[in-house]
Amino acid sequence: MNDGQNDHWLARRETIRWLWRGGVAVLALLVLGDVWVHGHPSFRIDGTFGFYAWFGLISCAAMVIFAKLLGAFLKRRDTYYDD
Amino acid sequence: MTISAIHPGLILVLGGLLLPFVGTRARRALILGLPLLTLALVWRLPDGIFGVVGVLDYQLALVRGDRLSRLFGIIFSLMAFGGGLYALNQKRVSELAAVFVYAGSAVGVALAGDLVTLFIFWEIMAVASTLVVLSAGGGRAKRASMRYLLVHMFGGSLLMAGIIAHVLDSGTTAFTAMVPDTLGAGLMLTGVLVNAAAPPLSAWLSDAYPEASYSGTVFLSAFTTKAAVYVLLRGFPGAEILIFIGLFMIFYGIIYALLENDMRRILAYSIVNQVGFMVVGVGIGTEMAINGTAAHAFTHIIYKALLLMSAGAVLYMTGKHKCTDLGGLFRSMPLTTVCAIVGALSISSFPLTSGFISKSMIGQAAANEQLMFVWFMLIAASAGVFLHAGIKFPWFVFFQKDSGLRPPDPPWNMRLAMVLFAGLCVGLGVWPEPLYALLPYPVAYAPYTVAHVVNSLQLLLFSGLAFFLMLPLMKRTLTITLDVDWIYRKFASRCVCWAVSLGRPLDAALRSGFVGVLGWVTSNAERQYGPLGPAARTWTTGRAVGLATAMLGVLLILFFVAVSG
Repeated sequence: MNDGQNDHWLARRETIRWLWRGGVAVLALLVLGDVWVHGHPSFRIDGTFGFYAWFGLISCAAMVIFAKLLGAFLKRRDTYYDD
Repeated sequence: MTISAIHPGLILVLGGLLLPFVGTRARRALILGLPLLTLALVWRLPDGIFGVVGVLDYQLALVRGDRLSRLFGIIFSLMAFGGGLYALNQKRVSELAAVFVYAGSAVGVALAGDLVTLFIFWEIMAVASTLVVLSAGGGRAKRASMRYLLVHMFGGSLLMAGIIAHVLDSGTTAFTAMVPDTLGAGLMLTGVLVNAAAPPLSAWLSDAYPEASYSGTVFLSAFTTKAAVYVLLRGFPGAEILIFIGLFMIFYGIIYALLENDMRRILAYSIVNQVGFMVVGVGIGTEMAINGTAAHAFTHIIYKALLLMSAGAVLYMTGKHKCTDLGGLFRSMPLTTVCAIVGALSISSFPLTSGFISKSMIGQAAANEQLMFVWFMLIAASAGVFLHAGIKFPWFVFFQKDSGLRPPDPPWNMRLAMVLFAGLCVGLGVWPEPLYALLPYPVAYAPYTVAHVVNSLQLLLFSGLAFFLMLPLMKRTLTITLDVDWIYRKFASRCVCWAVSLGRPLDAALRSGFVGVLGWVTSNAERQYGPLGPAARTWTTGRAVGLATAMLGVLLILFFVAVSG
């Protein structure tokens, strides 16, 4: 992204810094929300504190890493079939 | 006009065939008017069987009206309208004709009252969709369309063989729920799964769809796979194997989309991923799961078309389709960016969007049946959807680096189509009741509970956090990822080359051997029977008389033997 102050306001470093801060605050509030919000868990563990947060984070990390490993074997340059 | 006099799908099929022969104004009127007429007819279609035709010993029912067929007929007609509006400035009239025949035959599949009618519309769909890809022009599209056609003809053959076996076995062409434990039903299920992009033949989708034009891909995303979902819903609810096939499709779509660089191929992989959710729903097979699957097919058609419209707009305005060439387009394409984000949030099942009120029903169905493994997989997959389609697609196309490209938003008709579908995504998300009222079974499900909203936001936003934390691992490269299609695109042709290189010396040896034998035979014959050979010499009288006497002697002996015997 362009750091220059002349760029679109959304691309400025200052804005991005605030977006990160705001994002982290929202994440924290959502996890804190588990203190008050109690749904009807289907399998016990999904009713524990912050379950959806850590489960989402870890499963995404696992998928990205798995994709990276698979890519090491299966990636080819994009002209592969044109040759 | 009664429904038995006019088939809603045939309006689009015949209208599509008319498009190349009318002027621009009339064509535009037909493109917008015909889908609306079809929509009205399907909407008002009463319950029952119409258009019964006797063929040989069987009765074909061209139209069946019930909740499931109406739901799919409605969304297919709506898609034809939105897609038609988007494609209004498409200059290739052949593509427009093909997409209308394609859409009409999809409506025909949804309304088919028996297996033979279903098969006929199914095959028209295969040919018309091939023509949609082919219409893009160029060698790449032509080759991709031929590969696509081969896969679909194979799937169609399986379906036909299955229908024949089933009809011979059961004596009826009726299209009702089946259990895939007979040869006929098993073959039908396999043939339908080919169209659903199930493994091992999933690669046809990401191979062919992104080769179509900016507008062609929008139509392609809607009909083939969802018609397959419709047939699964009606024909094979509760077939347990579908749960595992669907789960595979879900994660296949995510992993391959994460590795992909072409923006429309990312979305193509995510079609497989979303159809995977639906296949799981069919496999669970309870009323909640069937409702969830049908609702998800409905919402999916809208948000996937919206996503591909935004990608098509970028392609139309920039001519570029690789993430490595794109980025920063939000500056000059604000409307397209907002519509893409609405589509991305919908596919991710964000609260207040259409995906939230449909996909969660499939998860709830798994929980209700206490399918713990399936439920955990679906939750992980929901996070993965946000990762690969919800953030990755808009991020790499409209944000990330500044590519320096400053294209404006696309022409008015494309903008209007995107706004219409974005409005439907949000509208259905905020007010799901009209959709719930159309579903096959009465809906006893409330998507908006505080816990569901908080849990979903936690899952999705932490997936977003994972994306940005792991961004360095997702740097785009100029690569593709090998798939099963490698077998028929590379390996098979290599095998032919090997066979040729091995066969050539063998062939040469055989030929030279044969020529040698032939030469020996002719030279020998010439030596014996040629002008100088023994057979050509003149005989002396004494020698001829001697030979004749010998022959007479032999005859005499034979005569005596015969008489004495």
